[in-house]
Amino acid sequence: MKIVYTDNNATTKVADEVIEEMLPYLGEFYGNPSSMHTFGDQVGKKIKEARQKVADLINADPEEIVFTSCGTESDNSAIFSAIHAFPDKKHIITSNVEHPAVKNLFMHLGKKQGYKITFVPVDKKGILDTDQLYKRMTEDTALVSLMWANNETGVLFPIEEIAQKTREKGILFHTDAVQAAGKVVIDVKKTDVDMLSLSGHKIHAPKGIGVLYIKNGLKFSPFLIGGHQEKGRRGGTENTVSIIGMGKACELAKKNLPVVNTAVRKLRDYLQNQLLEKIPSCSVNGDLNLRLPNTLSIGFDAVEGESILLMLDRYGICASSGSACTSGSLDPSHVLMAMGVPFKSAHGTIRFSLSHYNTPEEMDHIILALISVIEKLRAMSPFWKNGKLI
Amino acid sequence: MWEYTEKVKEHFMNPRNVGELEGANAVGETGSLSCGDALKLFLKVDENEKIVEASFMTFGCASAVASSSALTEIVKGMTLDEAAKLTNEDISNYLGGLPKEKMHCSVMGQSALKKAIANYRGIQILEKPGRIVCECFDVTDLEIIDAVKANNIGTADDVTNYLKAGGGCGKCIEHIEEIIESVKAGR
Repeated sequence: MKIVYTDNNATTKVADEVIEEMLPYLGEFYGNPSSMHTFGDQVGKKIKEARQKVADLINADPEEIVFTSCGTESDNSAIFSAIHAFPDKKHIITSNVEHPAVKNLFMHLGKKQGYKITFVPVDKKGILDTDQLYKRMTEDTALVSLMWANNETGVLFPIEEIAQKTREKGILFHTDAVQAAGKVVIDVKKTDVDMLSLSGHKIHAPKGIGVLYIKNGLKFSPFLIGGHQEKGRRGGTENTVSIIGMGKACELAKKNLPVVNTAVRKLRDYLQNQLLEKIPSCSVNGDLNLRLPNTLSIGFDAVEGESILLMLDRYGICASSGSACTSGSLDPSHVLMAMGVPFKSAHGTIRFSLSHYNTPEEMDHIILALISVIEKLRAMSPFWKNGKLI
Repeated sequence: MWEYTEKVKEHFMNPRNVGELEGANAVGETGSLSCGDALKLFLKVDENEKIVEASFMTFGCASAVASSSALTEIVKGMTLDEAAKLTNEDISNYLGGLPKEKMHCSVMGQSALKKAIANYRGIQILEKPGRIVCECFDVTDLEIIDAVKANNIGTADDVTNYLKAGGGCGKCIEHIEEIIESVKAGR
């Protein structure tokens, strides 16, 4: 069966060009980039090239780029470093729709290290309450950490404006840009963030490689203490193969950014509009405009997400859900709950996240499959009668 | 992905006895939209109190659908007295087991069945005995004690897996832990 992959906010296909770039360094060129011989140094040169490509994607300087093992490590490193930089400040701020890599660390810091935590709310469209955010920033605030784009709904936060405000107040600002990279323009010269996280496997590089951008001149305490690698900011021998892959992926992401914002957006809009037109009682979660071009979070009344996913699986369709039953918890996703999405559609929410590898034919396949899956599940649902929610 | 048995998958993809049952004389409903799963069970009971037909309507995940489908197959041909003795374990065993986190789906089946039997016999199910511990999912201390004893549960997480209690706001988790402790201590 042909796989229709529309779960790109979960992970992406490693681009063929990326694999091709990586392969020689997995085999023949296995040297250590730190070694004092040409054999190792040729790998070192290649890493330098990769660092430049990553920097180019976000308009940073190469020395501002630190390679890590994943987005979660980047987020954790940034947050720990910020609170170490201001040991006397005991307040940190984030939103209530963050990825677990930030949300759970904040909860941990609140519980175990006595930090006062502010979770800034979002409205029903997923838009951040920036008035609340600015009001809560005080002398005691060490850090604001906010995602650039939400992984579940794709809703964008006004990072540039927030960066200005935090700068004025002398508060460190970290942004998790894992979902934004390759989908919106990121320019750290214009958007004055202190730290920014990226993840390779969301932009067609392999899993196990992340990036932390650290603004020049910012005091940084390493999370992994070890060798001199990454200028002492992250110990451990470099994951050379993946770093080289990440460089290529960033080069491609920059090149494909216009495609994602035209062709991919068009596919997403087509999928969205067709589903809204052809399936009764469904609704899009998140602001329709301030949203990533590839993401569609759509809730179907009176049916449950896991059931939808497992039936779509029979059609070879890969997507995600915000439903409780896929995660082992009982409440639907904290993001949908924070937005106040009603239970009737929150439990039946499916996220489709596209990439430039998707085609119009695939969208038609999804639309037809979903019409029949929703019909089948609603015929079984005690909350659905005569074509309506009861 | 969950590790569902082949039988769970098969009952999910091809559920038996779906839909309202015409002429049903016993109906039991449990769950709600906010819980994330709900089951409406229909039984046709003959003059000898034998269940001659059963059907269901379910909102929920694959294991909720499979548990409902299994339940209707199991109870067909049983007398009401026999059906009253059915446990959630029987439903889970029929399906070759359920993931621990999904045991509440089988509990939902058992609960709908109890309600349907009470409905047939004209018994009003009164307010649940005991004190509400979990406000999110309306679970009492007596229900928790029963489940802990019957399934030899040792952690609050497992209470959540079986009864959902503690799985909402989480406010009652400490209380649930105390209940487990007191059951273990034999009090």
